Amino acid sequence: MNIVICIKQVPGTTEIKIDPKTNTLVREGVKSIVNPFDAYALEEGVRLKERYGGKVTVITMGPPQAEEALRETISLGADDAILLSDRAFAGSDTWATSYVLSKAAAKIANYDIIICGRQTLDGDTGQVGPELSEMLKIPFISYVSKVEEIKDKHIRVQRMIEEGHEEIETTLPAVITVAKEINVPRLPSLRGSMKAKTAKIAVWTAADIGVETDKAGISGSPTRVVKIFFPKREHKSEMLEGTLEEQVEKLAERLEKIV
Amino acid sequence: MVKDSSLPWRERNFEGIDLVEADMGIEIDIEKCTGCGSCVSVCPFGVMELINDKVRIKEGCNLCGACVDECTFEAIKIEKAEQKVSEGYKGVWVFAEQRDGKMKSVAYELVSEGRKLADKLGTELSAICLGHNVEDVEQLICYGADKVYLADDAALSDHQEDLYTELLLDLIKKHRPEILIAGATAMGRSFIPRVAALLYTGLTADCTGLDIDPETKLLLQTRPTFGGNVMATIMCQAKRPQMSTVRPHVFKRGTASKERKGQIIKVDFKKEAVTSRTKLLRFIEDLTEKVKLDEADIIVSGGRGLGKPDNFQIIKALAEVLGAAVGSSRPPVDEGWISYSHQVGQTGKTVCPKLYIACGISGSVQHIAGMGTSECIIAINEDPNAPIFQVATYGIVGDLFKVVPMLTEKLKRSRGTA
Ligand SMILES: Cc1cc2nc3c(=O)[nH]c(=O)nc-3n(C[C@H](O)[C@H](O)[C@H](O)COP(=O)(O)OP(=O)(O)OC[C@H]3O[C@@H](n4cnc5c(N)ncnc54)[C@H](O)[C@@H]3O)c2cc1C
Ligand SMILES: Cc1cc2nc3c(=O)[nH]c(=O)nc-3n(C[C@H](O)[C@H](O)[C@H](O)COP(=O)(O)OP(=O)(O)OC[C@H]3O[C@@H](n4cnc5c(N)ncnc54)[C@H](O)[C@@H]3O)c2cc1C
Ligand code: SF4
Ligand code: SF4
Repeated sequence: MNIVICIKQVPGTTEIKIDPKTNTLVREGVKSIVNPFDAYALEEGVRLKERYGGKVTVITMGPPQAEEALRETISLGADDAILLSDRAFAGSDTWATSYVLSKAAAKIANYDIIICGRQTLDGDTGQVGPELSEMLKIPFISYVSKVEEIKDKHIRVQRMIEEGHEEIETTLPAVITVAKEINVPRLPSLRGSMKAKTAKIAVWTAADIGVETDKAGISGSPTRVVKIFFPKREHKSEMLEGTLEEQVEKLAERLEKIV
Repeated sequence: MVKDSSLPWRERNFEGIDLVEADMGIEIDIEKCTGCGSCVSVCPFGVMELINDKVRIKEGCNLCGACVDECTFEAIKIEKAEQKVSEGYKGVWVFAEQRDGKMKSVAYELVSEGRKLADKLGTELSAICLGHNVEDVEQLICYGADKVYLADDAALSDHQEDLYTELLLDLIKKHRPEILIAGATAMGRSFIPRVAALLYTGLTADCTGLDIDPETKLLLQTRPTFGGNVMATIMCQAKRPQMSTVRPHVFKRGTASKERKGQIIKVDFKKEAVTSRTKLLRFIEDLTEKVKLDEADIIVSGGRGLGKPDNFQIIKALAEVLGAAVGSSRPPVDEGWISYSHQVGQTGKTVCPKLYIACGISGSVQHIAGMGTSECIIAINEDPNAPIFQVATYGIVGDLFKVVPMLTEKLKRSRGTA
């Protein structure tokens, strides 16, 4: 089994601080981490390899320092990691990101399954997985919470929807996105950490994977962030007073009016 | 070289300020930059800084262009090829999602919102419905649609995302709408991006605000990011249709009018032409929910403050007297105290009930992202500084194990059920 995992490096927190004077984001001291939802994707890939044999290749599109994130995935069981980095990729929206990833997948070739996280901490769209599947013209299943079986180039999974679970089967190769319910990611092993230190991380540029630069980066992205602002939270709350009994009494009165 | 992994790579590798920014697609002309600093304060991502009276850009630039417009010395350049604007697209479309032949509430919400957009553009509003024996299709017209494109076939009754993708793609190619909005439901989030990918157009996820720019007549799509801490307005300038997904309950349903006239147009679905590569083998319904969260008028939610699974009983007891649904913050779900379908928040459900009672929930941004628009919020928490009180309409500082049962008893008595 040839398993490809897509990961993204993201700022390590959503508790973004805002400078009250300038009303801008404060980035200082925020460490970059592997997108938490991608840890489940990686773990599932490694588990599938343990079950069915094969190889786990991790790819990420990002700036040169995303190499750190890739090394971390090697300590967690990935065999190989590839960094897709080129100034032509900067400013990519989900369409352009998926396009670049699809070109990398095409170069890797012979993949059986591509696993993405359900969404990222920063962009937070959850669109890259499904868009990627169409660019590769292969089937797609979202929110997978369990891989039941892979057999004869078919995969059977459980996926989560609002109303419950669906059991779905499709052919391989396919793209799946995983929910956090799917597994509990392991911690880095000592051997893995050693391997991560010395592992060679390949860097592929636009030219290496045949990306048409007018379809990548800011030039190739249909969407543009045109404004960023901070939500105003204006609010009047009433803290109820008195003894606990009195407070509950007051609350019950107010409740009766609403319902 | 500085060795600190918390610093961006370029600071580790380069001491100077020359040329490195060019790697990111944004360039500062050091000659022209006077170091006035006005750009630094407009950068929404906080990645600009002044060093030795020259500006430099750290990692994380989004190429949003805010600084370019701000600099009167034309010292900042962002390189990008102009995209050709797609022409001949007209009309607003709403994807009207159904399940088991029943229209989802989000369909009416989006039709109501789509009506406003269509009016601002002076154009038609169409709803697209794919399914089998779908009830209440005319209701889409009552809420504001001028046309309903309806594909009815037994093969469309389950959520067949492959078929939905093909059908919607065909319809868009044929009728060329300028805007398409769809619900950010599990299904919408799964197949709408695929349609956008095939059309090579932009898709904005989880919008909480949609408007038409009066000048350009383009769709302004506003969405929360960074877990609700920051709002971003996004535009799709050249490609069509402009596509967005919207979470259920974000927009309010308008009032339906039987007087409204509209047309239901049957869409030919050629089964032979498309095949689904995925096969639905079985559906396991989540039966733990007595009252569906998304549809509930009242929700009583419990958080980590409950301490252990059995304690959800006191939440359930209060929910019962109120005829409410039971919700949860994420920790109880992670701990396995209650199933995921009860989770409210950024990675759970977005709800907008008349009344939301939060017990032992601190009020993280991720939780508030899912319930902050509820009409009335009641918070019960022993920590007076818990952020949940900032969004609460009424707050009680106290032990939930005392307050909640007391409230349940009071309500029972006043309703004569005790
Ligand atoms: C404030 C803000 C708002 C934005 N809104 C939108 C928007 O509405 N529409 C839009 O098209 N773009 C948007 N973008 C751009 C978007 O964040 C980027 O395109 C980003 O590269 C990928 O999208 P995501 O972070 O949403 O990933 P998601 O689609 O949430 O990621 C899903 C999965 O795809 C994989 N993946 C994602 N990125 C990469 C990568 N770089 N390398 C490898 N695997 C990856 C991971 O497995 C991940 O778990 C926005 C950006 C910002 C800063
Ligand atoms: C990417 C991402 C996505 C997330 N998505 C979600 C999401 O969808 N939904 C969600 O809810 N969270 C989500 N979270 C988690 C979120 O950040 C918080 O950790 C979570 O909401 C906290 O839950 P809580 O309020 O129940 O627990 P805590 O923050 O631990 O709060 C417990 C509260 O209970 C109070 N308490 C304790 N004992 C009592 C008592 N006896 N009486 C009264 N009060 C008491 C305490 O004072 C405290 O305020 C997400 C996080 C991330 C990073
Ligand atoms: S606004 Fe222009 S001149 Fe002023 S600091 Fe920024 S780049 Fe330099
Ligand atoms: S383009 Fe936007 S994100 Fe980049 S430096 Fe300028 S203002 Fe900041």
